[in-house]
Amino acid sequence: MPDDDAIRCDACPVLCYIKPGRTGACDRYGNRDGQLVRLDPHVLLDRAVARGESVVPFLEREREWDGTVVRGGDSFVTAIGAGTTYPDYKPAPFIISSEVEGVDMVTVVTEGIFSYCGVKLKIDTDRHLGPETNLVRAQGEPVGHVTTSEYGSQMLSLGGVRHLTGGARHEGTVTCATLLDLCNGKAVELSIDEGATITVQAGKAPIVDGVQEERMRVGCGSATIGMFAKQWFNKVDEVVVVDDHITGVLSEHQAGKLLGIPETGVKLKGRRSTPGRYFQVAEPGTAWGGTNIRDPLSILKDFNPKIAWRGLRLLMVSTTGEHYAYFELDEALRPVEKSLPASLSESVARIKENCEPALSTVLFMGGAGGSLRAGVTENPVRLTYSVRDALTRVTCGGAPVYVWPGGGITFMVDVTRMPDNAFGYVPTPALVAPIEFTLKMADYAALGGYVGEVRSLSSILSDEKRRHVIARDDNPWPFSSVKRQEDL
Amino acid sequence: MRQQVSLLPDRRRLHLQDGPIDLVIEAFAGSAGVKTAYDAAITRFQTVLDELCAELSLLRMPAGPDTPMPKGTTARRMAMAVAPYAEETFITPMAAVAGAVAEEILEAMTSAAKLSKAYVNDGGDIALYLAPCEQFVVGMIDRPDRPSLFGTAILGSADPVRGIATSGWRGRSFSLGIADAVTVLARNAAMADAAATVIANAVDLPGHPKVHRVSARSIAPDSDLGDRLVTRFVEQLSAEDIMCALNQGAAVSGQLRSEGLIHSAALLLQGETRIVARNDLITSVAANREPSRSLAHA
Repeated sequence: MPDDDAIRCDACPVLCYIKPGRTGACDRYGNRDGQLVRLDPHVLLDRAVARGESVVPFLEREREWDGTVVRGGDSFVTAIGAGTTYPDYKPAPFIISSEVEGVDMVTVVTEGIFSYCGVKLKIDTDRHLGPETNLVRAQGEPVGHVTTSEYGSQMLSLGGVRHLTGGARHEGTVTCATLLDLCNGKAVELSIDEGATITVQAGKAPIVDGVQEERMRVGCGSATIGMFAKQWFNKVDEVVVVDDHITGVLSEHQAGKLLGIPETGVKLKGRRSTPGRYFQVAEPGTAWGGTNIRDPLSILKDFNPKIAWRGLRLLMVSTTGEHYAYFELDEALRPVEKSLPASLSESVARIKENCEPALSTVLFMGGAGGSLRAGVTENPVRLTYSVRDALTRVTCGGAPVYVWPGGGITFMVDVTRMPDNAFGYVPTPALVAPIEFTLKMADYAALGGYVGEVRSLSSILSDEKRRHVIARDDNPWPFSSVKRQEDL
Repeated sequence: MRQQVSLLPDRRRLHLQDGPIDLVIEAFAGSAGVKTAYDAAITRFQTVLDELCAELSLLRMPAGPDTPMPKGTTARRMAMAVAPYAEETFITPMAAVAGAVAEEILEAMTSAAKLSKAYVNDGGDIALYLAPCEQFVVGMIDRPDRPSLFGTAILGSADPVRGIATSGWRGRSFSLGIADAVTVLARNAAMADAAATVIANAVDLPGHPKVHRVSARSIAPDSDLGDRLVTRFVEQLSAEDIMCALNQGAAVSGQLRSEGLIHSAALLLQGETRIVARNDLITSVAANREPSRSLAHA
């Protein structure tokens, strides 16, 4: 049945065949020159701060628009839904002028097709997710790899041109779908070779082998001793901080020695690393400090009767402060549990307070290639220089980006700061991400911009179907910090 | 999640979208009742498109005495709504898909909560609920791209109308006819949807040189209309031609009304309106006289 030039849209189960220049049944996806492109309403950010509205994105259609006329500097046209002119020998789809504080500003918006792009995932967990450099898979296909472990977090690197277009067709398709879902804030299941299966979603707690992470520990058991030794001094004789990685013992630890805390005769199971630091006191698990122990005394051997004394005060606490117990030694030097003295409860609460919620963080990273830059100016390298000189601000769906030093315009953006569903894809496979360049009209002309293509903001607001989204007030307003010539 | 769920900026109406399904919903009750109803709508909405797509090839086949009954509850509403037309004309259950989805969601809401009234608007095909002594004022527009009311209808709980649908060549779906808009009031939304399609197809001037048609498949390869010619553009017609086409549609409307398949219909072609109604339910109004509360639809 399908015609040769029709393409199949798999955005929803209707699976329309779409002819060139036509849209599917939803009017949201279309066939543009053989490529499936998203035709969602073009997104405009409206500045919420001045109007005191809540920062919830909503769908706005023309006939439901309340008719409020937005002042020039309070509306920012994002590239979401703007479309693209790939391969970009033509000017970008929208070049819009706004007057901000008496200065003509130009925003060039385009949806870039990024086959050179990826996602950097930061997963807050102390659990071992898998060996460094091992493959990360989605639906069995390799989509990335395990990279370095930074403090309290495991980093994964997903996507990149090798998985997107360098491997088998199915590998590329799955990689693209995985990146798209992660960037659009959806949950994705990933499995790591010789490691864990994880579910990650931008801004949500990661789920590792079916267990949801709650909190990041404040530090390992040894570090916790170092941080809190002074707060325990004179209030308790011994503290054991239970941790799957390194369990700390106050009286033996360097921090305890410096404070002159005397020996207590406490003896731990596990392997002693350096004074006051023990490895492998128990098996990994989901109880005390990421171990499998439920009774903290099970990691202690008998106290040394030559050193310990009756009435010795012992605090045992986990690295997250979620588990704790207080004991005093009886005549036989056996620990007897007592209720936690008020003088110690503050330090336990403080450990807990210092354990931040564990999250998965998704950063989209891409490079604006020469042809994308050619949609902005006839001389693409000048755009790079202009970004370098901070004359041009780069945003991604209105969200701030970090632009890497060095050549090109390679940027990273926290996807949770972008409007919902800001990303699309083409079956190349490649991701479609919005990118906006904002600069002064005079600077735009100077770098060889398509001045003849500039449209006024009011023409965009009035005559075409647009989706208005309230800007997040924790994002810098895209017009706010573009330098002016006189400031240089 | 593929589905989009949000409240519209007025914070009253619920917007649900999944693939080609786009619903605007409003329920009237105490705030707890509205919340319960919206939750039920959202829950039911999760699988509606998947259920329909599972039987899509069946639903795109012409309805006839030998066609098997589909399994899904929404699909059954579609099949039942088009069944009365199957013998006489070409029709597939897809002619009633929008109305059937609206009904399905409305029923989920009214089963979950006690409401005074509610509507589910699926791109202009509307399912209504009215508790005793409640009413809706419905406004009709001819051109969604240039909204202006061409008529209003007051629907009360005593009226046997719980569905409204509009069909025409300017709409999202293909039409075999030339009507700009045919709006139908019927017992339920799926019946209204099927009837509006049939009447809009009947408003026609076969072979007229000012009517431009192409095969449905040349635009949408998987259209249920196959190689049938669908209207793409209608040049300005003479008053005589307009009258002639509207007469065709009015005759079919009268027939459907006598069979109890529709309650009333309003037919619009190039500025001329024809009303086929049992009573004065539909009143032509000046374009600028907007009722206080209206459901503008197209």
